[in-house]
Amino acid sequence: MIDTQQRATETLEQLRKLARAVRRRDLQVVHGAKLGHVGGEMSAIDILVTLYFAVLNVDPNRPDDPERDRFILSKGHSAVALYTTLAHRGFIPLEQLDTFAQPLSKLNGHPDRNKVPGVETNTGPLGHGLPVAVGAGIAAKLQDASWRVFVLTGDGELQEGSNWEAAMAAAHYKLDNLTVIVDRNRLQQGDWTEQTMHLEPLADKWRAFGWSVAEVDGHNIAQLLETFARVPFEAGKPNCIIAHTHKGQGVSLMRDKAAWHHKVPNTEELATALKELEEVGA
Amino acid sequence: MTQLYDCRDAFNEKLRELASEDLRIVAVVNDSVGSSKLNQFGKMYPVRLVNVGIAEQNMIGVGAGLANGGMIPFVCGASPFLTGRALEQIKADLAYSNQNVKLCGMSSGMAYGELGPTHHSIEDMAWLRAIANMTVIVPADPIETAQAIEVAARTAGPMFIRISRIPVPMVHDEGYQFTIGKAARLREGGDITLIANGVLVTQALQAADRLAAEGVQARVLNMSTVRPLDKDAVLAAAAETGRIVTVEEHTIYGGLGGAVAEVVVTHNPVPMRILGVPGVFAPTGSAEWLIEHFGLTAQGIADAALELVGAKAQRQ
Repeated sequence: MIDTQQRATETLEQLRKLARAVRRRDLQVVHGAKLGHVGGEMSAIDILVTLYFAVLNVDPNRPDDPERDRFILSKGHSAVALYTTLAHRGFIPLEQLDTFAQPLSKLNGHPDRNKVPGVETNTGPLGHGLPVAVGAGIAAKLQDASWRVFVLTGDGELQEGSNWEAAMAAAHYKLDNLTVIVDRNRLQQGDWTEQTMHLEPLADKWRAFGWSVAEVDGHNIAQLLETFARVPFEAGKPNCIIAHTHKGQGVSLMRDKAAWHHKVPNTEELATALKELEEVGA
Repeated sequence: MTQLYDCRDAFNEKLRELASEDLRIVAVVNDSVGSSKLNQFGKMYPVRLVNVGIAEQNMIGVGAGLANGGMIPFVCGASPFLTGRALEQIKADLAYSNQNVKLCGMSSGMAYGELGPTHHSIEDMAWLRAIANMTVIVPADPIETAQAIEVAARTAGPMFIRISRIPVPMVHDEGYQFTIGKAARLREGGDITLIANGVLVTQALQAADRLAAEGVQARVLNMSTVRPLDKDAVLAAAAETGRIVTVEEHTIYGGLGGAVAEVVVTHNPVPMRILGVPGVFAPTGSAEWLIEHFGLTAQGIADAALELVGAKAQRQ
């Protein structure tokens, strides 16, 4: 019992450490390429790291394994966070991250499944991930397969109607093998979501569409682990996890600021950010 | 009286046959079971008929996800909605992602006649052939439709197959072998080439008969694959007959005529006429009436061909 408790704590500390490493590397990559969407990457990284290192049944040596769990990054503009997580998980070499956005790099501004092992579908335009995830969920059910589907969406992205077409279908087809995680950082490109187009009451909307909903602190890895472990929340219902997050999480100068949607940190800002991320870890 | 056929029947018969042999075959519909004639498929394979309701964006994404999960989805819907409503999903989720999804555009062209331009699909060839990695197939009759469906099931990659409900006679015989990217030469001739596809191939063949009566020998090509286009067949037509008329149940902008003209003008410019819908929303009328109205009949094609032959004769 004590042993299990201790291992869990270690895992938690490992995951936190990894999340800080992924944040640092992400910021360096974006700074180097002078391109990226760091705000929404910082808000998503704790979720990505938790999924790839503690939840998903995936094998970097067999990225096409038919029995693998599928993860779809619907908010494709957070590509650097995905690439960096995939690199730390062994899907691509860490050095490859430095090619991001360079001519002929396999690491495009938005992910390409034909160039990056571990990417399931090409995203970038918003509202595409959930429909594809629904199709994958149906495929698993048709084959009586045990693999699961996870999709991470932005919150502003939920203004796209295609998500709600897919939400209806997921409930209709009783896809309890499907989990959507909403990166609820409350900011979209230009402003707060609630100033731009109301999303609330968001949990009620998902429930009304037939989903089982959990709300978590998207930066509390322990809570994320506990919540993912409870999937499926209810047999026969798709799962929605509304992860309350902060754009720019981990870097004070970026936190909760819409401008950091796709602003690139300059050398001074990068140094400040890296220092802060290291001090937290110390 | 020549027997006429609805190509949707051949599509369905073939899909049921394929589904009986291969458990990965699924049909995806947007409440379009009846209009895709999938009732029998649904009775035989209820769980493999995935109905997403009236939601085309989701339908394409679901197709991509099914393919990701190892299935071979045939995504069927009325062509105007299947393509136009979900064009970005077709581009990103299918073509760019390179997913093994087959789009079956039902009742394409002006088949919905009196229902009007909202229900006409006369832009689909242009839209889809502009997308990289997309194969665009427009079968002419039941034999070619069935073969195209079979080839699609056995060939990896995203494809669009245009399936009309306008009755057509058999154009090919049982010995015909459909190949992606290969035109079928249905009639020999050295004076001019008529290039058509879909339901208008039969009109081109009849036009060739009329031209023969006028002493003009017309080659007829069934260009059932619009992308990738059979450039060799187009260039042979340009070199050997010197004149080309294209005929399509589609706008003249960016479809079959556009595809042929791109090849001709680049490699061997010869006089051409592009017959189709001349960049307008069609007036009210039945499919048959509209085809007549836009001159896409044997007579209309023959007239355009004679004009082209005459123009060349005068210049010489």
